[in-house]
Amino acid sequence: MRGTFTIAALGVLFMVLAPSVLELFAIINLTTAIALAMLALSLALIWGYGGILCFGQTAFFGVGAYAYTVAAINTGDAATAILIAVVVAVVFAAVLGYFMFYGRISDVYLAVITLTVSLILYSLIRRTSGPEYKIGDALLGGFNGVTSPPLNLPWDRTFLLFPEHVFYVAMALLIIVYVFTAWLVRTKFGRVIVSIKENELRAELLGYDIRHYKLFIFMIGAAIAGLGGVLFCNGVGRVTPDVFSLYNSALTIIWVIVGGRGTLIGPMLGAFGIFYLVSALGTQSTINNNLILGFILIVFVLAIPKGLVPTVGDWMIVRKERRIQQARERRVRTKRTRSSARVTEVGNE
Amino acid sequence: MSKGEIVLETRNLSMHFGGVQAVDSVNFTLWENELRCLIGPNGAGKSTFFKCLTKQLRPTSGEIMIRNVQVTGLQPHEVASLGVGIKTQVPSVFDGLSTQENIWLSARRWHDAMQAHRLTSETLERLELGRIRDKIVGRLAHGERQWVELGMVVVSEPWLVLLDEPTAGMTYEETVRTADLIRVMNETATLIVVEHDMQFIRMISKSVTLFHEGKILMEDTLEKISSDPLAREIYLGHRSN
Repeated sequence: MRGTFTIAALGVLFMVLAPSVLELFAIINLTTAIALAMLALSLALIWGYGGILCFGQTAFFGVGAYAYTVAAINTGDAATAILIAVVVAVVFAAVLGYFMFYGRISDVYLAVITLTVSLILYSLIRRTSGPEYKIGDALLGGFNGVTSPPLNLPWDRTFLLFPEHVFYVAMALLIIVYVFTAWLVRTKFGRVIVSIKENELRAELLGYDIRHYKLFIFMIGAAIAGLGGVLFCNGVGRVTPDVFSLYNSALTIIWVIVGGRGTLIGPMLGAFGIFYLVSALGTQSTINNNLILGFILIVFVLAIPKGLVPTVGDWMIVRKERRIQQARERRVRTKRTRSSARVTEVGNE
Repeated sequence: MSKGEIVLETRNLSMHFGGVQAVDSVNFTLWENELRCLIGPNGAGKSTFFKCLTKQLRPTSGEIMIRNVQVTGLQPHEVASLGVGIKTQVPSVFDGLSTQENIWLSARRWHDAMQAHRLTSETLERLELGRIRDKIVGRLAHGERQWVELGMVVVSEPWLVLLDEPTAGMTYEETVRTADLIRVMNETATLIVVEHDMQFIRMISKSVTLFHEGKILMEDTLEKISSDPLAREIYLGHRSN
């Protein structure tokens, strides 16, 4: 848990310092990156720890964003809207997950199904441009999307938060959710989840109902992704069907591969890194963005399959062991020189 | 043979793979405190029979009763939850986790955190796994992995134990230790052991069921079976000729 708290403390430090160092535009951008990091964290949990390759994690992210926006327009209160967004994402995951896990759908098919669900949502929402497509007061707006109302104070609906405040909220939520997931994977529930990833048959033969465990972690992942969606539409200011696109689904997988499965911080760093890389690449037009992303993915799959954070971790362990080994050899060597010196002395006498 | 209560029973159990009848209407009865070995040549259907008992395979037809519970329609975890400890043919362990955590995961299914911790330590000591306690199981030798799996069975304190080829890939010394362990387990539990290794069966066996072409050919003590001409011909024959 010490590592977790160190990372959380660094996060808090960053949260406090960033607004005084960075310009407003950078802060708004950062909020979007934090939202994506939240999405990465959700996939890090269910894929990296649970072994559930959900190719359409963006579905829950997008559902969360749309549910928040629609609920906020109708109720005028952000806190209620956030709650509704998370609940809708979880219920959606519960229904989808029930059929997949209790139907014992295997890995590859699960990936295909989740991706398809995301793409179906993409096509569906894109077709909602007419005035007849409205939920309460909220027009869905087709491929133009909907403008998301900003967060407000829970006790004062008229007080809308400024972008830097939204940044504080986003960063604070990311840190809280990170600490929560780090705690979760250490509990009995978390250890069973990891054991199911390791060997489903064995987990079942020990008497664990793996369908139940998988469904539950899938729902937790959806809740986190949905919350990420809420932050995303607050960072960007609107939500469009693009959240469900194939590009974003694939990007989420790339974050986790680059950052490393089996860690929570890795995929979040992956999301931050690639978000800023894509922003930087957007300013040039010599090489196509997707070409570079594809290249990065290939390099990682071939050369650094474990991902950045686990690879660096392994490397640090190897270095530490080598240092211990060297110290031991040095000690042996000095002992040997000392004893041989004594032998010479005795010989001289 | 002292016959107490029936703990496991199959009625007309059959398993077909396409046209192949791997298990053909088997009626099998296991009594309390028995230590039963299932033997038979390759392809005799004993492993398929075993997998039907543990719900790794869904039988084509027939019934399985464990202590008067109809388990035919149950999920694998529900069979395990009856108090059945299972070891599969290919070691089924959590390769990415440590020995200690493998066994803890089994103990924690039934006990609270503190008791699970205590039972895990006891089992590690009892099976002499302390040396590899913190090693990742995926990097252990085959025989050691078998012992980790046995540890997971032992720590759950099952009353019915199903072991599929527990000594595959073990050294002679490890085999002898496994035989000792199985005899100790038999003091509190009923066991079914599927085995190939006749030397090992001689160490542990009280009663033997001989499978041949998906059917039970005979059921008796090892001495009687090894002196039976038909049994010798189909199973032990090649060696005595």
